[in-house]
Amino acid sequence: MGKYLVRRILLAIVSVFVICVITFGAMNAVPGGPFNSEKALSPAVKKALEERYNLDKPVPEQFVIYMGRVMHGDFGVSLKTGRDISQTIGTCFKVSSRLGGMAALAAVIVGVILGAIAALFRNKWPDRLIIFLTTLFTAMPSFVFATFLLMIFCIELKIFPVWDASTRSMVLPVIALAAYPTAYITRLTKTSMLDALGQDYIRTARAKGVTTVKVIFKHALRNALIPVITYVGPMLAYILTGSLVVENIFTIGGLGQQFVQSITNRDYPMIMATTIFLAVIMVLMNLLSDILYKVVDPRITLG
Amino acid sequence: MDTMPKKNPLSLQVDLKKFEKATEEEKRQAEVMSESTSFFRDGMRKLMKNPLAVGSIIVLALIILTIVIAPIVVPYGYADIIKVNGKRDKTAKNLAPFEYSVKEMQYMEETGEKLFPHIMGTDSLSRDYFIRVVEGTKISLIVGVFAALLVLLIGVIYGSISGYAGGRTDLIMMRIVDVIYSLPDMLIIILLSVVLDERLQSTNNVIIKALGTNMVSIFIVFGLLYWVGMARLVRGEILQIKNNEYILAARAIGAGSGRIIRTHIIPNCISVIIITTALQVPSAIFTESFLSFIGMGVKSPMPSLGSLANAAREGLQSYPMQLVFPAVTIVLIVLAFNLLGDGLRDAFDPKLRR
Repeated sequence: MGKYLVRRILLAIVSVFVICVITFGAMNAVPGGPFNSEKALSPAVKKALEERYNLDKPVPEQFVIYMGRVMHGDFGVSLKTGRDISQTIGTCFKVSSRLGGMAALAAVIVGVILGAIAALFRNKWPDRLIIFLTTLFTAMPSFVFATFLLMIFCIELKIFPVWDASTRSMVLPVIALAAYPTAYITRLTKTSMLDALGQDYIRTARAKGVTTVKVIFKHALRNALIPVITYVGPMLAYILTGSLVVENIFTIGGLGQQFVQSITNRDYPMIMATTIFLAVIMVLMNLLSDILYKVVDPRITLG
Repeated sequence: MDTMPKKNPLSLQVDLKKFEKATEEEKRQAEVMSESTSFFRDGMRKLMKNPLAVGSIIVLALIILTIVIAPIVVPYGYADIIKVNGKRDKTAKNLAPFEYSVKEMQYMEETGEKLFPHIMGTDSLSRDYFIRVVEGTKISLIVGVFAALLVLLIGVIYGSISGYAGGRTDLIMMRIVDVIYSLPDMLIIILLSVVLDERLQSTNNVIIKALGTNMVSIFIVFGLLYWVGMARLVRGEILQIKNNEYILAARAIGAGSGRIIRTHIIPNCISVIIITTALQVPSAIFTESFLSFIGMGVKSPMPSLGSLANAAREGLQSYPMQLVFPAVTIVLIVLAFNLLGDGLRDAFDPKLRR
């Protein structure tokens, strides 16, 4: 366990480092420096500016300087708005994390319930219906689903306002974000639940006269939930990237919308900061879900 | 009727008279051998029995047929504004399916000629929407299939070297895979698309110009990031196969590593590779449409399903059909590939069967 933990954490650190290198390298590879597009500056002014922003130093040294500042939470200022980036990320991430958290919670709860139902009613109509729906939802990109939701509920039926700052409802975005993970968790729960229901300890429990309800909740479902834990990391990554489009469609001022905007504006410091921030979160979530998986099920040996 | 030999009363043999001969039908029942069949034929038979897989094959065949036939039959170009009598028809904006513009109706009344209907209407720039959706489907499919092939090529080569070599080589190669695997792919894709887009814009390379910079960056990114899943899978398979006796036998008679990989190992894990490739296609189409949707995909006027859906967002309130067509096509293609992949797995991979 200890060895695994160390290796897993090391891997996470290497990943974060690689992400930083890629991001920094990518942004440096963009042709043209920040002072090239402006009016022709006198060489003296340009040199002074480059010195001011450490642009005269070799790239590896610039990287070290940048990383040092990132460690202190200083991502610089946005080229577009001139605002402090870490502040912008902070406020936007609050919105995004609320949305993402709700979506993740909804996906796990609904997915596990549906998966359990599908397993218990195997090959009967509830199972068939659930499997049909999950197949459909895994084939639907989140932006398609989100736009359809917007079209049906906001424009046709007018149940939710299209955009309203005061009563900004999270219902539709949460549904749009949660659809795919829910479908995935449903399938996962169904398979592992069927697997669990076929185990000997279930038969033993039944033979001892334990009630069906207790067998399902205490014995089968608890063991069936283990694979779901491994999916939590990838799910959060999916939700974070999904929020890039969903936030744009529902005009929620979260990190996703900010990121896409910064791409459209070619706001490089902002793109760099958001990428590093989101990537670190994803790596951390994956790390957590892997460790949790190992803690919950000691039988698993991960090499 | 009585063909059984008579029993000598003194013989100790069983009395054959007490038995009767089996009929032809009874003889056939004793035949336990089934018809001889190859692995491939058996798999195909199972696949053809799966209604969902057959349905997906039909859907995909129809889509490909439409892609091939539509540009020949439909007299409009995907990037051209509709022309009536050689003049650009500005009244043909945002037509509903099967609707004609004012000028077109005038023209038809004057000449009595029947113009080809706009099956899916037109878009906000007076272009025939059906042909745009068809072209978009073509591009999305091409991206999906080529990206999957790229993943196949890199993943299989990398995975088989790593799995076959084993030891330290394997360890190092797999650590690299681990790191790439843990990178958030979508973010890196977006990042690289932005940069490659800027970098490649100034290039004079004919191929890149023809494909569009974003398309090239999608391929590069797939080549860099998406092969790791395939590499892991192939490595795992090879580790299993490597320890079989026939590999030992092959090595004993002096077969080289390359030959063993090519003739013994790859054919044994081919089914897993095919299935994963089939499932890679929808994932690539997903990614491409996602990128197009946030404006990082193929460049206009070249359409892809994602960029069509993105463009339709502006007129969502008035012309929802412009979103419905590309969206339904994406869902249909992805669904078909997913179900086909599942069907292939059930038919060709007994180990993975659930």
